[in-house]
Amino acid sequence: MFFTAGFPQLNDTVAIIKGLSKSGVDFIEVGLPYSDPLADGPTIQHSSKVALKNGINLDIIFEQLKSIKEKNKTPLVLMGYLNQLLKYGEERFCEQCVACGIETVIIPDLPMIEYENHYQKLFANYGISSVFLITPQTSEERIRKIDALTDAFIYVVASASITGAKGEVSPQQIAYFERIKAMNLKSTLIVGFGISNKITFDTVCNYVNGAIIGSAFIKFLESKGAENIDRFVEEIID
Amino acid sequence: MKSKYEADKNGYYGQFGGAFIPELLFPNVKELEDNYLKIMESTSFKKEFTSLLKDYVGRPSPLYFAKRLSAKYGANIYLKREDLNHTGAHKINNTIGQILIAKHLGKKRIIAETGAGQHGVATATVCALMDLECVVFMGEIDIKRQAPNVARMKMLGATVVPATSGSKTLKDATNEAIRDWIGNSGDTYYLIGSVVGPHPYPDMVARLQAVISEEIKKQLQEHTGKSNPDTIIACVGGGSNAAGAFYHFLDDKDVELIAVEAAGLGVDSGESAATSVLGDVGVLHGSKTILMQDEYGQVIEPYSISAGLDYPGIGPLHAYLNESKRAKFMNATDQEALDAAYELTKIEGIIPALESAHALAVLKKIEFKENQVVVVNLSGRGDKDLETYIKYLNG
Repeated sequence: MFFTAGFPQLNDTVAIIKGLSKSGVDFIEVGLPYSDPLADGPTIQHSSKVALKNGINLDIIFEQLKSIKEKNKTPLVLMGYLNQLLKYGEERFCEQCVACGIETVIIPDLPMIEYENHYQKLFANYGISSVFLITPQTSEERIRKIDALTDAFIYVVASASITGAKGEVSPQQIAYFERIKAMNLKSTLIVGFGISNKITFDTVCNYVNGAIIGSAFIKFLESKGAENIDRFVEEIID
Repeated sequence: MKSKYEADKNGYYGQFGGAFIPELLFPNVKELEDNYLKIMESTSFKKEFTSLLKDYVGRPSPLYFAKRLSAKYGANIYLKREDLNHTGAHKINNTIGQILIAKHLGKKRIIAETGAGQHGVATATVCALMDLECVVFMGEIDIKRQAPNVARMKMLGATVVPATSGSKTLKDATNEAIRDWIGNSGDTYYLIGSVVGPHPYPDMVARLQAVISEEIKKQLQEHTGKSNPDTIIACVGGGSNAAGAFYHFLDDKDVELIAVEAAGLGVDSGESAATSVLGDVGVLHGSKTILMQDEYGQVIEPYSISAGLDYPGIGPLHAYLNESKRAKFMNATDQEALDAAYELTKIEGIIPALESAHALAVLKKIEFKENQVVVVNLSGRGDKDLETYIKYLNG
């Protein structure tokens, strides 16, 4: 599950993590709201804008996450844009991750070459792994390189587009998942972008290890708030 | 000899540049990176580019000795008349070049971002010329303040899509264009209008605009017997006209390069776009540069009366020229730009674009020595800004 920190209300972060944790999700992706989220569709853009208006920032998010570190057993993954790390200070960001018990980050605008040259060592020093994305256009050679490079899961982008619900899985997408599955990669494969309901979730889980639901959950949070999260999750997982 | 101001193989100018793009864009950017120099150095490209610049754009654009302006400021001031190009600004140099590259790559659909609308018009123009589909992203606020250019784009057959996110100006139009590109990567070419974006765009656009400084060298030789001026002045939003005007002088240390940013209501007013003063290192639109941001790296929405300068970053080349002090960065407020536009209109009979008026506005801030040869890049004409100018006249 993906949600945007500080959305719909500034202090919902903890309640949402507790709710998701209780309903049995495998990990929780916490979005760090950014002013210019290039890889995100309208739903997540909107949630980021609201969260920033609510006054969220990295310091508040880390405080929120620290407050539940002891009780929360579900792994947390942070998703943010590179400029947020740069400005906050890469070392300081990593220290805060450690303090919150976070071992995995997704930075969609950090390409492999920059990671290798500037971040791999630093992250390793703090026990942090970076998740890389692959798309239907990513070459086999590049996928194998990513597989060798990362200790985290591989984020399989379901279609070449920005985030947002599509409602179904096409035959082309199935062929793509089959192709990736047949590569026998060492990394866990998690599909994201366009997974919005039980049908799409179940379909992709036939080919990969799991899926991330983002925009659909954000829409749920917007209309229903941070209560009753288990109801949303139950509708997707049996 | 390779210039020390040229991008390295990964697209870096010193610490600035690179290609910070989501994996979704990797195949597109890689395709361009692998091919742009090959295409640009081919005989067929050179022939077609040169011929279109000459017969379609009307190049070379004149280098005009502004006699009365010179007398007023006590220097020999020349205006590089990019305002006389087809479509009214320097932007067309870049769009002609990139459309030829896009065609070479077999692309069918062209997308672009635009601020003042000059790049949008220049893109719609070359798409009409080449019979390619054209979609232009433009901030909702800019659509309102640059209505004539919106009408021109539509008449040229382009679809104009309003960017309604963020500040609803150039930065957000760029975000929307990038998102569209992510969603339509195969057949779509993103025709960036300035020396910004992921490598190879800053280098490619600078090379295409370099025709400006190439001509200045020749024309100045004819005018003065010397190919180098003492000073070149150009305005900087993303920085494409400045990159073009500086390009062939970058290694000529004796030529002073002055980049002029928009100070809006004043550098410290909170309503400004003077990135070199207000910004620091970060990543924006795929490249590492300097940008206006808060303590958490959230991009600050800039302000300028000029839609073409209303951008929170500058191209990575300019970030490097600023850091290495090769270029001197100055700025001009809305008011100073308006005054400069009226002054040029009254004493030389030329109505400049608001963007170019910022470059003119620093003339009164510089102490010139006798016979100092100064070239101001008059990047565009003021037709699109008439509404703003009329308001100023009345109020």
